[in-house]
Amino acid sequence: MSREKVLAETQSFLGQFIAVEVADDVDIFAAGLVNSLFAMQLVLFLESAFAIRVENEDLDFDNFRTLNAIAGFVERKVAIAA
Amino acid sequence: MGVQKVGVIGAGVMGIGVAQSLAQTGHQAILIDLSEDILARARQEIRNHIRLQGFNKQKRADPDEILSRIAFTTDYTALADTELVVENVVERWDVKAGVYARLDAVCPGECVFAANTSAISITRLGSATARADKVIGMHFMNPVPLKMTVEVVRGYHTSEHTLDIAKAFLAQLGKDCIVVNDAPGFVANRLSHVFMNEAANLVLEQVAEPKDIDEIFKKCYGHAMGPLETADLIGLDTVVDTLQILYESFQDPKFRCSPLLRKLVDAGRYGRKSGQGFYLYRRTGGAPSGS
Repeated sequence: MSREKVLAETQSFLGQFIAVEVADDVDIFAAGLVNSLFAMQLVLFLESAFAIRVENEDLDFDNFRTLNAIAGFVERKVAIAA
Repeated sequence: MGVQKVGVIGAGVMGIGVAQSLAQTGHQAILIDLSEDILARARQEIRNHIRLQGFNKQKRADPDEILSRIAFTTDYTALADTELVVENVVERWDVKAGVYARLDAVCPGECVFAANTSAISITRLGSATARADKVIGMHFMNPVPLKMTVEVVRGYHTSEHTLDIAKAFLAQLGKDCIVVNDAPGFVANRLSHVFMNEAANLVLEQVAEPKDIDEIFKKCYGHAMGPLETADLIGLDTVVDTLQILYESFQDPKFRCSPLLRKLVDAGRYGRKSGQGFYLYRRTGGAPSGS
């Protein structure tokens, strides 16, 4: 699985909720584009789309703030599972 | 020892929140709804909510451990040894009356019935049972696990003993309460609905845009949410239904529903739950974003 694929699929998922295209380094929570309730839907999407398991200790907003952070998080989880 | 085993009728947004609060504070909950599908969705929702709390390190919990304290069933006979029941079914008299008749038949004689209704008369609900002294209003706020104060409503026949049980029960959930007397809409919804309705009329009359109306209340008065954001959160269809109850109850034109609210509901614009109300929440499906 490539970083580009993770970015593209996550961007597509975000596009269902955010009317504008989001740059890879934009903090989607700080920018007010989504709220904390959205975080769970994002977690569920990532688990389903990339076959990873998000544990309690992974539940840190820093892992999900930007598309870059999300891609890095997914890469780490996939590497651990491999 | 206080109330330990609690029935929760209705696995919608409020019922799910009540069941989760019960389980998280060590109580045994029996969550009842009409079908296994509804109950399965409720179980998954509660699991997701508990997981979401994990973003706060102090609130991390094992969803399986908490869910083990909730029994999900369509069978009312499971309530045979409950001490208190919280009813959260739809805001329709015919449906609620049927539920209370069933509860009266299966629950122990001393069991208290707490009506988590937004506007229906507690006195009237009491009249649908043979234990009006044990019927009390318990108006939880949304989201239940995070809102720590509850509007408690004393019906005409509600006894002091029942009120004491209700207060002690809410304290066990870590919640406090404000007790009011029975009247249509009680306090919270009677005031909030006039407020939201008039905000809709301001939009209709083009006095201001929704965002500006909400900003005035957030920035000038320090409200957490403006009236139109609140209406979208509750659901414009629910707001219209509650206004209708208030209008019929008081026959007072101040509760006359704004034509804009009716138009949005007729257009399927219910607010967050449908993706658009006064604000746009999603383009296809999912959670809210900025307006």
